[in-house]
Amino acid sequence: MSGPEAALRAEHVTKSYGGRTVIQDVSLRLEQGELVCLLGISGAGKTTLFHSLSGLERPEEGRVLLFGEDVTGTPGKISYMLQRDLLLPHKKIPDNAALPLVIRGVRAREARERALSYFPQFGLEGTEDKYPAQLSGGMRQRAALLRTFLGARGVALLDEPFSALDALTKREIHRWYMEMMDQLRLTTLFITHDIDEAILLSDRVCVLSGRPGRIAAEIRVDPPRPRDLSFSLSGEFLAYKRQILALLEA
Amino acid sequence: MKKSSGITSKLPAAAALAVVVLLWLGASEGGLVPAFMLPSPVQVCRALAADLPVLAENAWVTLLEAAWGLGLGVALALALATLMHWVRPLYRALYPLLVITQTIPTIAIAPLLVLWMGFGMAPKVTLVALTTFFPIAVSLLEGYASTDRAAAGLLRSMGATRWQIFRHLEFPSALSHFFSGLRVSVSYAVVGAVISEWLGGFEGLGVYMTRVKKAYAFDKMFAVILVIVAVSLLLMALVTLLRRRACPWEKFEKIERND
Repeated sequence: MSGPEAALRAEHVTKSYGGRTVIQDVSLRLEQGELVCLLGISGAGKTTLFHSLSGLERPEEGRVLLFGEDVTGTPGKISYMLQRDLLLPHKKIPDNAALPLVIRGVRAREARERALSYFPQFGLEGTEDKYPAQLSGGMRQRAALLRTFLGARGVALLDEPFSALDALTKREIHRWYMEMMDQLRLTTLFITHDIDEAILLSDRVCVLSGRPGRIAAEIRVDPPRPRDLSFSLSGEFLAYKRQILALLEA
Repeated sequence: MKKSSGITSKLPAAAALAVVVLLWLGASEGGLVPAFMLPSPVQVCRALAADLPVLAENAWVTLLEAAWGLGLGVALALALATLMHWVRPLYRALYPLLVITQTIPTIAIAPLLVLWMGFGMAPKVTLVALTTFFPIAVSLLEGYASTDRAAAGLLRSMGATRWQIFRHLEFPSALSHFFSGLRVSVSYAVVGAVISEWLGGFEGLGVYMTRVKKAYAFDKMFAVILVIVAVSLLLMALVTLLRRRACPWEKFEKIERND
C-alpha cells in the first residue's frame, strides 16, 4: 500500500433492515484533518450509514477501517454525535465530557482532568461546576463536541450537530469548529440538511441519494479553510450551491 | 427573589390550616360539640404537654419500626426492581404478581403476622416492609423504563457495557422516580407501624392509642394523632432533604421548565 493511511475508510458498505436494503455499496475515504459533508434527502440512509460506521450496527457487506484498523461492528472506536446534545442531566459538564474516557476504563478523576484541560479551547470556562440544565444551547453543544472529541480516536461522525441552534449561534460555532478541527487535527464526517453549511465547512460534499442510498456524487470545495463570511456571499459559493441543488433534484 | 416567592407560595396553606384550627376551636369552645367528644385544641395541647415523655418514648418505638421496615422495603425493592429490569422474563412473570399482592389490605395481613411472629418488633417491621416495598419497586421500574433511548444508544456507541449503561445512565435516571416512590412510602410506613401495634404489642404509638381509647381520653387520642402526623412529616422532610443531596441537578431543571 502506498501513501499514508486514510483516517477513515468505508469499503462497499451495504446495510439492510428487514429485507430492505437501506444503503448499498457505499465507499468513502477521509484523509486526516478532512471535513466531509454528507448531504441527502431524508430516507436516503444517512443515519444508517452512521450507525454502520460507528459500529452500532454491523453492515452485511463491506468494512470500516480507522487508520487501517478494521473496526467494522466495533463500537467505541469512532465517536458519534447527534443533533440532540444528549448530555446526561445528572452529571456536571466535566464528567459529561469525560464520559467516553470513563467508559474506556480511564479513572474518573484522571478523565475529568483531561476533559478540563480542553475547557479553554472549547470555550467552556466557567462551566466546571455546572449541570447541563444550567447551560445555553450553544454551550451544551460545545460540551457535547468536547465529549465527542475525547471519545474520538481522531475521527468524529456528527449527525446534524448544529441544526437545533439559532442562526447567529450557528455561525459563531461554525467559525470556532473550523479552527478547532485544524488545531486538533480532527477528521470529521458531517451530516447536514443545510447546503450553505455544507459548502462553508467542508473540503468535500458527498451527495447520498436513491433507494437504496448510494453516493451519487462528490464535489470538492476548493477554497482553503477556514472560510469567512464573504465566501458565503460570493459567486463561487453560489456556483457550488447551484451544482449541489441540481444533483439533489436529479 | 426565590426565597420570598417560596414563602408567598406557602402562605395560602398556612392560612387554610389556621382557618381549620379556628373552626375547631370555635366548635369545641363555643359548645357546639360536647367537650368529651371533641376536645378543644387547647385541651389537646395540654394533654400533649402532660404526656410528652410517654408519647416521645412510644413515638421512638414506632419510628424505629417504621424506619427498619422502610429500610428493608427499600432494600428489597431496589434488589427486585433492578433484577426485574435486567432479566425481562422475570419482569413479565413477577409484575402482575406484584400488583395482585398490593390489593391485599394491610389490616388483613397484620393479625396473621402477629400470629406468626409474636408481639415483638418483627411483625411490625415486616408489615411496614411489605407496604412500603411496592410503591418504591414500581417507581424504580418506571424510572428504569423512562431512560432516554437515544442516550443509551450514544453510550453504546462509546462501547459501554450493559453494566456501564446501568451505572451511568439508567440508575441515575431512575433516582428521581425512586424518591417520589419513597415519599409515598414514608407515610405508609408510619401508618403501617401504628396499625400493626393496634393488633398486639407492648409499646409504640398504636399501643398507646388503644390504651387511651379504652379510657375514652379523647384529648389524648388527638394528641397521639398529632404526634403521628409530626413523625410522618419529619420523615417526609428527611426524604426531601435526602433527595436534594442525591439529585442536586433537579433544582436547575425545574427552573428551566418554569421558563
